[in-house]
Amino acid sequence: MFPRPIEQSSRAARISYQVMLPLALILWLLPLIGVAITSVKPASDLAAGNYFGLPSSLAFSNYAEVFTQSPIGQYIFNSFKVTIPTVIGTLVLSCLTGFALGIYRFRGNIWIFFMFVAGNFVPFQILMVPVRDMTVNLGLYNTTTGLVLFHVAFQTGFCTLFMGNFIRALPRELIEAARVEGVTEIRIFWYVVLPLMRPAIAALSVLIFTFIWNDYFWATVLTTSKETQPVTAGLYSLNGQWIAQWQLVSAGAIVAALPPVAMFFLMQRHFIAGLTLGAVK
Amino acid sequence: MRGAGMSGPARPVPLGNEPPEGIVSEQRRAARMSLANTETQRRTWWRENQQRLTPYIFLIPGVLFFLVYVIIPIFESFWLSGFDWDGLGEKQWIGFANYQELFDDDAFYTSLKNNVLWLVLYMFAVPAGLGIAIFLNQKVRLIRAYKSLFFFPFVISQVVVGLIFAWFYAPNFGLFYLLLEWATGSGIAVLADPDLVTYGIIAAGLWPQIAYCMILYLTGLNAVDPEQIEAARLDAAKGFKMLWYVILPQLRPATFMAVVVTVIGALRSFDLVSIMTDGGPFGSSRVLSFYMYEQALSEYGYRMGYGAAIAVILFLIMMVFISGFIWKMVDDERRGL
Amino acid sequence: MRSMLYVSISAIAVVAAAASQAGTVKYYGDFDPAPLAAMQEVIADFEAANPGITVEFQNFDHEGYKTSIRNFLTAEPPDLANWYAGNRMAPFVNSGQFMDVSDVWEENGLKEALASALPSMTIDGKQWGVPYTYYQWGIYYNKEAYDQVGAKVPETWDEFIANCALFQEAGIDCVTTGTKALWPGAGIFDYMNLRTNGYDFHMALANGEVPWTDDRVKATFAEWAKLVEPGYITANHAALDWQDAAALLVQGKAANYVMGNFAVAVFKDGGMTDDTLGFMAFPTINPDVPRAEDAPTDTVHIPSGATNVEDAKKFLAYLASPEAQTKINAAMGQLPINKDASVNQDDPFIAAGFELLSTTPGGIAQFFDRDAPAEMAKIGMEGFQQFMVQPDQLDNILERLEKARGRIYK
Repeated sequence: MFPRPIEQSSRAARISYQVMLPLALILWLLPLIGVAITSVKPASDLAAGNYFGLPSSLAFSNYAEVFTQSPIGQYIFNSFKVTIPTVIGTLVLSCLTGFALGIYRFRGNIWIFFMFVAGNFVPFQILMVPVRDMTVNLGLYNTTTGLVLFHVAFQTGFCTLFMGNFIRALPRELIEAARVEGVTEIRIFWYVVLPLMRPAIAALSVLIFTFIWNDYFWATVLTTSKETQPVTAGLYSLNGQWIAQWQLVSAGAIVAALPPVAMFFLMQRHFIAGLTLGAVK
Repeated sequence: MRGAGMSGPARPVPLGNEPPEGIVSEQRRAARMSLANTETQRRTWWRENQQRLTPYIFLIPGVLFFLVYVIIPIFESFWLSGFDWDGLGEKQWIGFANYQELFDDDAFYTSLKNNVLWLVLYMFAVPAGLGIAIFLNQKVRLIRAYKSLFFFPFVISQVVVGLIFAWFYAPNFGLFYLLLEWATGSGIAVLADPDLVTYGIIAAGLWPQIAYCMILYLTGLNAVDPEQIEAARLDAAKGFKMLWYVILPQLRPATFMAVVVTVIGALRSFDLVSIMTDGGPFGSSRVLSFYMYEQALSEYGYRMGYGAAIAVILFLIMMVFISGFIWKMVDDERRGL
Repeated sequence: MRSMLYVSISAIAVVAAAASQAGTVKYYGDFDPAPLAAMQEVIADFEAANPGITVEFQNFDHEGYKTSIRNFLTAEPPDLANWYAGNRMAPFVNSGQFMDVSDVWEENGLKEALASALPSMTIDGKQWGVPYTYYQWGIYYNKEAYDQVGAKVPETWDEFIANCALFQEAGIDCVTTGTKALWPGAGIFDYMNLRTNGYDFHMALANGEVPWTDDRVKATFAEWAKLVEPGYITANHAALDWQDAAALLVQGKAANYVMGNFAVAVFKDGGMTDDTLGFMAFPTINPDVPRAEDAPTDTVHIPSGATNVEDAKKFLAYLASPEAQTKINAAMGQLPINKDASVNQDDPFIAAGFELLSTTPGGIAQFFDRDAPAEMAKIGMEGFQQFMVQPDQLDNILERLEKARGRIYK
């Protein structure tokens, strides 16, 4: 283990480590803590210049106000309407492509794989004008469907990379054995490989959920109205309305951040497994 | 040591908790059970060729989607960059005029300069992430919770990160402003200062990026070979020397990924600029991705062709890095196969 | 078979007729809360007067709307949409996104009633929308701050600058502004230029007929530099929204604010009253130049893709009427365009604005970002913001604007 485990060090070192941990954490999360405190401050505190002290009273009413005075509930609902179908669509497509690329050797395999990987690294600004134009022409502009279709296509790149690598690492004897016994390829996919892919599917669902929930660029490019905009784009316009009302901005920001945060804490193992794929050899 | 990349050599990714042997026998049983059905099928052309055809059939939907929404639009953007087009009326072919204008456009050079700044300074996330990972790689009480909380900023949307830091920097009452005022006697409105604004935004971007690199390194540190460390300790290697000669070489896959995601993150930086400054003051915090959006879709723009030309430049810059990454990955792939 | 076809066709006809009678008019706008309430009242009155027509109104965030409109006009046009007069509507008119509504003007005698806005609503001899409100710009000031330093309300630029020295000594920003969204800086530029060179020159500049490197433009900036160089303008204006700067005026940390009349609501929300908040016309710089003012006009248009044009036109005609304009402007705290509408004389700011605009000898400009084409406006306003931060960069700024002029006005 590196560095040397602290238990093997002197008592003084152990204690100072234990003291440093929370201090470092507070310092690290300082901006976030500030915003969290601001979000429960009554407006009068801010007006009176009490920006940092403790709130004079806990104003959870800020949260109530965010929900009643702004369409944030609708925005959050839109986010779910975009995120969940995207996760499902991406997983379906990438299980298929990952299977095809991970199991079979055929001409062009590596080039198709290469295409997915390269597309995944592309700065998405280069897609903006054509994709927006296409979405308008399809009549899907300013709909959650239009946004979902794009996300599914784009995320398929990353997920294929992920699934392909995962499937490649599965024990090949399994598939060979099934083939010897005459099982069709489709059944191999369904009965043999898919069940083994559950951990990858779990990891990708959390990852994609977070990526899509947090997407801001495409939300601003492809949607405009409060009936369709996800919460990231919604926050931008709310920020324009709540000028100088930092207690509302803070509360709104925290509300918008909650779903992916909850997802992360609930499915931490899968999340990190997905994110760090390839970080160990 | 072998080169490593996102694909890595063929070896189980540490995801599942089921022991592979158990799965093997279980799946064999499943395969045998379905055998009964398959035997009733007649030998057909399909059965003869299915192994050859299946991959193509499985690939069709994914590849089609990807072509339509990602690959073809890339070429379309190249094509559009030769037009003068406001997105409403007729397109007008003007050849390379957009590029000519671009190379004579101060705003373009400001954006380019800022992109370089982003690329260089964003790299700080890699050593910083390593530092925090080393700091946290202990087995004391609650350490798991600490690791999660340190990672936390990465899970939050960049929009929220932008708002948090906009509040942090806000003149007259922002925490940062007041700390500075308390320390030096006068605060600085970072986001209003043309010379500092980009640094301020990059700092905000580093916060989640460091968290990302940290988690990559934590995973990497977990997999470091303990025997090598012990052997090095016997040779009296310590501290920085140990890190440099023993640990870092083993962390190469994590470092590679950290660099890849950081470069991509730096070149994609759009959200923070849009939320925190909208490119201001007077365009000093623009980056190419934001300038492109501004020219093509913002309130005062709608020059689709010009925007496409900016996107092409950004793409070409990214291409330099992508080719490097891909070259390395394909290389690994070849050796792994 | 044939009879069945006939029956179904007539059924469709009945449904269609019912639809056009009981029409729904989709209306997109971008109102702040107070005007929103007023517009909703006007809509209710309109619906009461036209049974069977429902106006489905959707409100957008003010800044976001300016981006959204480009998109919804092509993608899913409503029947009515808010926008602005002058050059600002030109791109939509030229690309055929707005419908010609000259017939509404003709049939309702609007050329008479809305005469003051006729030039700014006309392109190619046709009218493209209906204006319902405008408001004056000028200087809003904190009377207590003036009393505190013993300054007199200035008439001329020299007096104004002299006051600034007093304010600075007292630690008060002489002029505050928040240019994060860029446009507030354009208000200052407009007045500097209108007072230095006059209305005709200002409009020629906005129309791209005069180079930005012209000596007369430099003269404008030289006057402006008298504010910028001694640091009389709020230091961090580039990080502030206009409401943030309004708070500085309210708190007495700033004395003057070049703003539009819509800001009065924000000042009063912050606690100012008619006793502490003052309004003055922008002081005279060049006495030989006739006084001209900025008064942006807000308008409603029918997108070309509208489905219920007939009812939308009825709404426009109603919106142009003296009753509707009186009502909405009373609630908005702004000035009606219709000359027969009445103005609330109890509100000193409205009264002052009415007086100011109805006696303007020089001409009425819309606002820099409405008079100049959008792209020029953007580059220009960035330049104004930069000038207020880095006045020494003036030559570079003007060269940049001149380069943009060469490209934009083709």
